[in-house]
Amino acid sequence: MKMLRGVFDKIEPNFEKGGKYEKYFALYEAVESFFYSPKTVSTVAPHARSYTDMKRIMIYVFLATMPCLFFGMWNTGHGANVALAALGEEAHTGWRIGLMQWLGFGLNPDNILSSMFHGFLWFLPIYVVTMVVGLFWEILFAVIRGHEVNEGFFVTSILYVLIVPASTPLWQVALGISFGVVIGKEVFGGTGKNFLNPALVARAFLYFAYPAQMSGDSVWTPVDGFSGATALGITAANGVEGLAEYDISFWSAFWGNMQGSFGETSVVMCMIGLAFLLVTKIANWRLVAGCVAGTVVFATLLNIIGSDTNPMFSMPFWWHMVLGGWAFGLAFMVTEPVTASHTNVGRFWYGALIGFMVVMIRVINPAFPEGMMLAILFANIFAPLIDWFVVRANISRRAKRNA
Amino acid sequence: MAQTRRTYLVDPLVDNNPITLQVLGICSALAVTSSLQVSFVMALAVTFVTAFASMFISMLRNHIPGSIRIIVQMVIIASLVILVDQILKAYLFEISKTLSVFVGLIITNCIVMGRAEAFAMKNPPIDSFIDGVGNGLGYGLILMLVGFVRELFGSGTLFGITVLPTVNNGGWYVPNGMLLLPPSAFFIIGLIIWAFRTWKPEQVEEREFRIQEAEAH
Repeated sequence: MKMLRGVFDKIEPNFEKGGKYEKYFALYEAVESFFYSPKTVSTVAPHARSYTDMKRIMIYVFLATMPCLFFGMWNTGHGANVALAALGEEAHTGWRIGLMQWLGFGLNPDNILSSMFHGFLWFLPIYVVTMVVGLFWEILFAVIRGHEVNEGFFVTSILYVLIVPASTPLWQVALGISFGVVIGKEVFGGTGKNFLNPALVARAFLYFAYPAQMSGDSVWTPVDGFSGATALGITAANGVEGLAEYDISFWSAFWGNMQGSFGETSVVMCMIGLAFLLVTKIANWRLVAGCVAGTVVFATLLNIIGSDTNPMFSMPFWWHMVLGGWAFGLAFMVTEPVTASHTNVGRFWYGALIGFMVVMIRVINPAFPEGMMLAILFANIFAPLIDWFVVRANISRRAKRNA
Repeated sequence: MAQTRRTYLVDPLVDNNPITLQVLGICSALAVTSSLQVSFVMALAVTFVTAFASMFISMLRNHIPGSIRIIVQMVIIASLVILVDQILKAYLFEISKTLSVFVGLIITNCIVMGRAEAFAMKNPPIDSFIDGVGNGLGYGLILMLVGFVRELFGSGTLFGITVLPTVNNGGWYVPNGMLLLPPSAFFIIGLIIWAFRTWKPEQVEEREFRIQEAEAH
């Protein structure tokens, strides 16, 4: 490590003001702060001493997504292998299958390694494209605007990859992350100044721009010619009872062996990630409590109201929690500190608003079967307003007390 | 004199653009820009109305009582808009159907009212007419830019002529569905404002607040 420090110290003057590569200071700083803690400290009040700096927070979130990531690889690969086995030899096309067979992994759905590796082959290109394109924008803005390249992008990139369908064309992946990073974050000044979650902005862009590749029956399992309805789609048509026909029980949905984006299917894996974030105090429990309460209350209310024409009305809250992106959104996006409310009371309301909106969109609006993405973006916009009300209420309460 | 008249005409194009600097007339810019042809007709209609409304209001400006001036202005603007609406219905029926209520809503377009109040009430008719044309063209310029992006990338055509053959018609281009939705114009107008302000930094507003920078120790 000493040697590495020496290298950094030796080349640093080149990047400082007046140095040869002054323009690329942001790039140097990014690499240096990847290895060592950043040299900058705040000089104005308030001061808080803590070992938990932004780098550590971001790395923790990144680690928290790992269970979802690995399970997602297996799930995607497993789904693809099952579909391939059903479709027979003539569906075995594409470089991934060629590579799998050449390496001797086979396409056996019962073999964990084979499924994992197949899922990995779908995950890797999307991740590489996301990193390359996203980092290009990050560095471009960092160099021109003179702010540092931030570890926040690691989190954005992994969250983004975990919420897109495995069969997304790579150019769409690139376009989506460009929109997310530039419009969702950089135009507002970079990490920490964004009021929307950049990964969700990217996903929402793709959802509205290319609906054919982002939703429907044939995008989730990356096998040509295979189509299988998503759990929420089935529920919208036939109610929760209809899921049994497709072999989706509550517990299989809970464990997550079903169709969906890479990371979002398994509630268990999301909960492991969430528990890790709660223990490390990166996620605030109030946000989680608010969101759970909002979902439970509003879903139960709709159960009581009932409807003859819309089977979604009778969907109980525990089903809402295991289908679609609810668990993943709760673990990694509702709890995101920058875009959530910043007051403790406000955090309950912010969470509750998401819980309410996700049920509202899923049940009442038939155009959008999945509501978590839109619900969180909606609440992101309201977060500052919620804070404003909380602060005003506090001021008037204190004014009354001292009157 | 000639010099100022020229600025009346040229200023609203970039330096004092009604959409990008004054942020007026946004509603119709979102609604009618999904194709270039419609944007073009709308731009012409607004230019016509703004120019003649400013001119007539300016002619009457010394005779309009201050307390009812808005009503008088509205009568003049509304008459012109009805005229435009009838002409469109007679000669460009298809486009007039696409524009639907937005022709009628030119009456409430902030740009028309804004120029009448801010300029025509204080300046002679010919100057007012030129100012109206300039502002109409400034509005039209942004409309055409937005319409260009939305039609080209949203449906792969320009003025209805195929430029990027889409997948559905056997081509290679996958159209971007978001650009066909009106809210996409928000993004495009935002990006145009960004471009204008990079080009002309004097349009940038002063910062209300600056975050304290961290410093090296």
